[in-house]
Amino acid sequence: MTEFLQHLVNGLSVGTIYALIALGYTMVYGVLKLINFAHGDVYMVGAFAGFYLSHALGIDENPSLAKAGVVFVGSMAICATLGVVIERFAYRPLRHRPRLTALITAIGVSFLLEYGFQLPAVVGAGSGTPFPPGPTPRFFPEPFPRVDYEPLGVHISNYDVVSLLTAIGLMFALQYIVYRTKFGTSMRAVSFDSSVAGLMGINVNRVITWTFALGSALAAAAAVLVAGSRPTINPLMGLFPGIKAFVAAVFGGIGNVPGAMVGGLVLGLAEEYVAGYALSSYRDGIAFALLILVLLFKPTGLFGATRAEKV
Amino acid sequence: MSTPVLDARKVTMQFGGLKALADFDLTLEKGELVGMIGPNGAGKTTAFNAITGVYPPTAGEVFVSGEKVNGHRPFQICMKGVARTFQNIRLFKELTALDNVRVACHHGRIAGFTSSFLRTRHFLDDEARITKRADDFLAVMGLTHRRDELAKSLPYGEQRRLEIARALASGPKLLCLDEPAAGMNASEKVALMELIRKIRDDFGLAILVIEHDMRVVMGVSERLVVLDHGVTISRGKPEQVRKDPKVIEAYLGDSYLEEKHIAVPPGGAK
Amino acid sequence: MGSLRVGLRSVLPFLVGVPILWLLNGRLPEYLEYGLMVALIDVILAVSLNVVNGFTGQFSLGHAGFMAVGAYTATKITLAMRGVALLGLPAGLSDQVVFLGALVAGMITAAAIGFLVGMPSLRLRGDYLAIVTLGFNEIIRVIIENTPFLGQATGISGLPRRTNLVWVGAGAIATIVMARRLLGSTHGRALLAIREDEVAAEAMGVDTTGYKVRAFVISSAFAGLAGGLLVHLIQLCTPKSFTFIKSIEVVVMVVLGGMGSITGSVIAALGLRGAVEYLREAQQYRMVVYSVLLIVLMLTRPTGIFGTRELWDWLPKFQLPGRRRADEGGHP
Repeated sequence: MTEFLQHLVNGLSVGTIYALIALGYTMVYGVLKLINFAHGDVYMVGAFAGFYLSHALGIDENPSLAKAGVVFVGSMAICATLGVVIERFAYRPLRHRPRLTALITAIGVSFLLEYGFQLPAVVGAGSGTPFPPGPTPRFFPEPFPRVDYEPLGVHISNYDVVSLLTAIGLMFALQYIVYRTKFGTSMRAVSFDSSVAGLMGINVNRVITWTFALGSALAAAAAVLVAGSRPTINPLMGLFPGIKAFVAAVFGGIGNVPGAMVGGLVLGLAEEYVAGYALSSYRDGIAFALLILVLLFKPTGLFGATRAEKV
Repeated sequence: MSTPVLDARKVTMQFGGLKALADFDLTLEKGELVGMIGPNGAGKTTAFNAITGVYPPTAGEVFVSGEKVNGHRPFQICMKGVARTFQNIRLFKELTALDNVRVACHHGRIAGFTSSFLRTRHFLDDEARITKRADDFLAVMGLTHRRDELAKSLPYGEQRRLEIARALASGPKLLCLDEPAAGMNASEKVALMELIRKIRDDFGLAILVIEHDMRVVMGVSERLVVLDHGVTISRGKPEQVRKDPKVIEAYLGDSYLEEKHIAVPPGGAK
Repeated sequence: MGSLRVGLRSVLPFLVGVPILWLLNGRLPEYLEYGLMVALIDVILAVSLNVVNGFTGQFSLGHAGFMAVGAYTATKITLAMRGVALLGLPAGLSDQVVFLGALVAGMITAAAIGFLVGMPSLRLRGDYLAIVTLGFNEIIRVIIENTPFLGQATGISGLPRRTNLVWVGAGAIATIVMARRLLGSTHGRALLAIREDEVAAEAMGVDTTGYKVRAFVISSAFAGLAGGLLVHLIQLCTPKSFTFIKSIEVVVMVVLGGMGSITGSVIAALGLRGAVEYLREAQQYRMVVYSVLLIVLMLTRPTGIFGTRELWDWLPKFQLPGRRRADEGGHP
């Protein structure tokens, strides 16, 4: 029973992280019909943004909740900007080209971030915080002291609690934005038919820009939340979470916001339970097995809908 | 009574809440020239899509030469003898005119992959046969001078003719033309009308034409079917149909009818 | 008489190419020969991927996965047959025959897996194929890493070095000839039609799903060939050689050269491999340059260096029938 609950807790923890990242994929796919391969790397940049901010604020010497908050919001802001820049310079010029072109560009941006961050330091070489950080893993400083609890024999730390609550809070906030605000309606309109939305007076470019900003900010949030419990960060850390979050988004129905949240949670729980009870070394493969199952039986995903092509 | 080339019975097409086509019935005998008219969004192209298998009908049946084809894939229906052109021209843009037509000659007993890799005699003969057939159809449509040019660089009228050549090359018994005269000027339309009749005469096909230009469709069709909002509101010879108040109302609206003091019989188009 | 002429013509590229390779074999400086062999393996990968991505217009991101299938199959066979003299042939000849058998077996298994993966996924919309093939690539890797029989993560070492310039060259020739002959046949035109407009192709009688699967199977088979050749060159069979990064590298080659252009794939593969070797010291910058190149290319010239043009467009004697371009004018 304890084991079951432990897996539940772990699964939810990791699932909410996948969900936050998956939301970025699904929103961008919704408005642009583009699989943003670079999104996992925006997550990585979020972790590093938090890293640099933490050191700038001197968190390792004087940790405080306020500083933690600044780091959190700060890295979200930095990644939002990054997302906007990427969209503006790499994807927008290709808006009217075949989607394959943009897809390949996305791959290029992804590589650029991954390997650009592995280059030898240009600034601050030899210090604890060089930029680019290089391939060696860095340690994310603890923003507040870690306390472990053991309710019902289940290991959970205050980090896990904060992470879970923050993630859920962010998801509710996003749900509100997408379904209760004018911006959210515009975003959904653009997802449905961007040319018609434009004719209805929606500033499509602005909607797309803000969508990228939102998605990237969520990815950064996820990264900072993860960095609490898993403090090693490196330039390739976005690879696997990125792919898995993407699978989660497809599972929930790519383009569908609640779908991405559900997908993330399902994936997190599936990974925990299957790896825990059965084959632990197959953990990474579970995401893909899930993917294959979805695509074989319901390709549009849990909440997705088929779009018929007009002939 | 020979088997009709096309026999569509109570074909219905429903997309979610929208009934694009309702209880559509149509029979075509060999060599018949039938026109399908109606305002935009009436369901004419949907009828084409149902017949050619692009969308499987929600209800109803389609028979081609006596064989049931609804639910089959479009390429299977093509092999049974149905070919079509598209409302917005769908040529293979980056391929030459010749290649466009050669693709339609693809089916039938052709040499397989292995033969093509080994370049066997069988394969080379097939290629020659296909090329000759394609050249012949290009000639029929007067496009031999464009043989080696990319489809996308052809002038509009010739693109439409190329689409017809391509459809013909697949060896159909039923040819469905979706607005073949769209975008053409008056003289081109006259030439097209003659061409359609000539094709029917030379190849013995049944031809179904969707058109908006009344002169073209009245001039070419032996009989008409009129659709509005998915429902068949009239059918018969062109002279009858053009005077049918329901048809006039569908195109021009009931205010026109009131102005002209034309009565609408009970159970009118709406 | 006619069929004899056809038979000769069909193997002509080999009759010309193989002796040349034989003469070059072992006569070039070590590093050059090695680099050339790796480059030719990339050529096989790029041209075979082009069949799916370029000719048929699909987007497969899992080419390395099929490499792996071919590689491991071939490995198991050569290792199993080690020291066994086939049909009493002398050792050297026996080894070569076994190698040929191993490569062919690799191609067959890769093709079979290609069929299994392609059948369900090619019915899905374009983006989905990219996802599925990417997923497949990773699943293969995970399976290999967890299977002791396949050497797990450390891989299988101690493979005999069977790959030489003749083998790789012949493989490259076979791939190029296959692609070119496909392109110049009605089957190739069917694939191009699918790329141009799948709905119209289907309406004209082309079994689009069937053809997409066939293209996928052929492409996978040759990826399997490349895999088998690679592991017998580096003498190691490990999942690290077949990650999705490798798949993406092959996609870059195809896009850079121009999707649909065989010449483009060949030149891009050779060029990219050459650049990588040349920039060996600046290894860490290599991927950054790669990615910037990719982005700039997509922004400025997404059709790649060659677009859909081929080398033989300028050599009328070698042209495929009916392929003349509008800008060249003239007609029969």
